[in-house]
Amino acid sequence: MPTTVYLLDDVMKSYDSRVVCHIGHLEIYKGEILGIMGPSGAGKSTLLRMLNFLEPTTSGTIRFNGLSVNGNGSVPMDVRRKVTTVFQEPMLLSTSVKGNVAYGLWLRGQKGGGCLLEQALERVGLDHLSKARAQTLSGGEKRRVALARAMVVAPEVLLLDEPSANLDPYNVSLIEDLVTSINREQGTTIILVTHNVFQARRLSQRVMLMLEGRMVEVGETERLFTQPQDPRTLSFIRGEMVY
Amino acid sequence: MAAIEILWQALVQALHSLFTGAPVVREIVSLSLRVSGLALLLTTAIGIPAGAWLGLHRFGESLVARLGRRLFIAFLYTGMGFPPVVVGLLVYLMLSRTGPVGWLGWLYSPQAIVIAQTIIAFPVVAGFTMAAVTGVNPELRQQLRSLGATNWQATITIIKEARFGVTVAVIAGFGSIISEVGAAMMVGGNITGHTRVLTTGIVELTRMGLFADAMALGIVLLSITLVINLMMQQLQGRALD
Ligand SMILES: Nc1ncnc2c1ncn2[C@@H]1O[C@H](COP(=O)(O)OP(=O)(O)OP(=O)(O)O)[C@@H](O)[C@H]1O
Ligand SMILES: [Mg+2]
Repeated sequence: MPTTVYLLDDVMKSYDSRVVCHIGHLEIYKGEILGIMGPSGAGKSTLLRMLNFLEPTTSGTIRFNGLSVNGNGSVPMDVRRKVTTVFQEPMLLSTSVKGNVAYGLWLRGQKGGGCLLEQALERVGLDHLSKARAQTLSGGEKRRVALARAMVVAPEVLLLDEPSANLDPYNVSLIEDLVTSINREQGTTIILVTHNVFQARRLSQRVMLMLEGRMVEVGETERLFTQPQDPRTLSFIRGEMVY
Repeated sequence: MAAIEILWQALVQALHSLFTGAPVVREIVSLSLRVSGLALLLTTAIGIPAGAWLGLHRFGESLVARLGRRLFIAFLYTGMGFPPVVVGLLVYLMLSRTGPVGWLGWLYSPQAIVIAQTIIAFPVVAGFTMAAVTGVNPELRQQLRSLGATNWQATITIIKEARFGVTVAVIAGFGSIISEVGAAMMVGGNITGHTRVLTTGIVELTRMGLFADAMALGIVLLSITLVINLMMQQLQGRALD
């Protein structure tokens, strides 16, 4: 039996009384890579914000390691710090590459993370740019800095929001390899949002499809891709869905 | 003697007394810098946090909260162009013998000018700071929180991200008080060797016909404001990057 990290029950999020995310029942297991697919506006980023305790749910319950975390204000700091997101936009600080990667350690008052920093920079292939100003980097390099910045804090759960969208094949495969190895080596639970069905299939053990704020289907990757239970899943993975 | 000749002579003498360091001139310049410097320090200590708070804190989504915030910001912007003499008048009333804090005995003292200038510069520093932090991508806070920042740590980081704009705020605050004359005159009293600052010194020396000394002070004041403006331009350019 896999350990459950997140348990969602009837979780709903609405903005101005418009429901943008509604998940009936979902369990996310420790150490898995869960792919979340869905067209633009499906509510994927909104779900990640709730899973990272950044926004409260409008109704329903989210349990993280058994702790109820529906209200974002009440989550203790040591729990918050177990989860981190790499957002769709890299949002780097206007300092050096190294300064960016060191940020999470600085927040935690961890001195002497020099070795960790070097390692992280090396893994994203940016050790030669550690002194460069983050703003001057290319799009792909910025994404990799954002990934390294999340990696150094060694989160229990890593939420990735379109980590390789709009990147060239070189950066895409670099990032994909990194995701796989973080998951394998550290046992990090990874929730990967992507609207690229091929990427979801390549990387995740389980996949979930969201449409218009709803969870359509979730299951083992191969099973879902070969025998989808919902006709909408079939048309989405065939690329027939118009969006 | 034609006015132009007076001007010319005064200018030559002014440069002379500046470079030889005439004691009167030196004293006034020094007091001016100390008073406005202290006022700036105080106003920065309150104005930056206040501006950041206004720019970053949401007081809730209710109509009252939103209106309240709007109103406060309107006050702040009005304050940025508030006539310093009116501030001078209010501080005068506070410090006068019958005023609420008259017992301090600070009227006609450098402290009085510091208080007035602190108040004058506050809306400028807070207002510009607010504008600077509002310009930072609002989603950055979520990213910082996600990386494990406390609210407090996130705010510090956001102020750091807006550092050029915040520096502009501080410099603009200094500019607003170093060249201010009305309030310094009213609450300082323009007393020789005690509360005479650059601006009030120019008024007094001109009245006494000491054009050269007045001009010397004028040159100093002009140089200071010039440097301030150059720094502003430089920084605003970078803030836009
Ligand atoms: N803060 C907000 N206020 C109001 N509406 C919001 C807010 N955040 C998201 N929404 C709305 O919620 C819906 C889902 O947005 P979300 O960003 O979660 O979609 P997404 O699946 O991540 O899309 P994309 O693939 O384009 O990133 C959208 O219609 C969006 O307009
Ligand atoms: Mg999104």
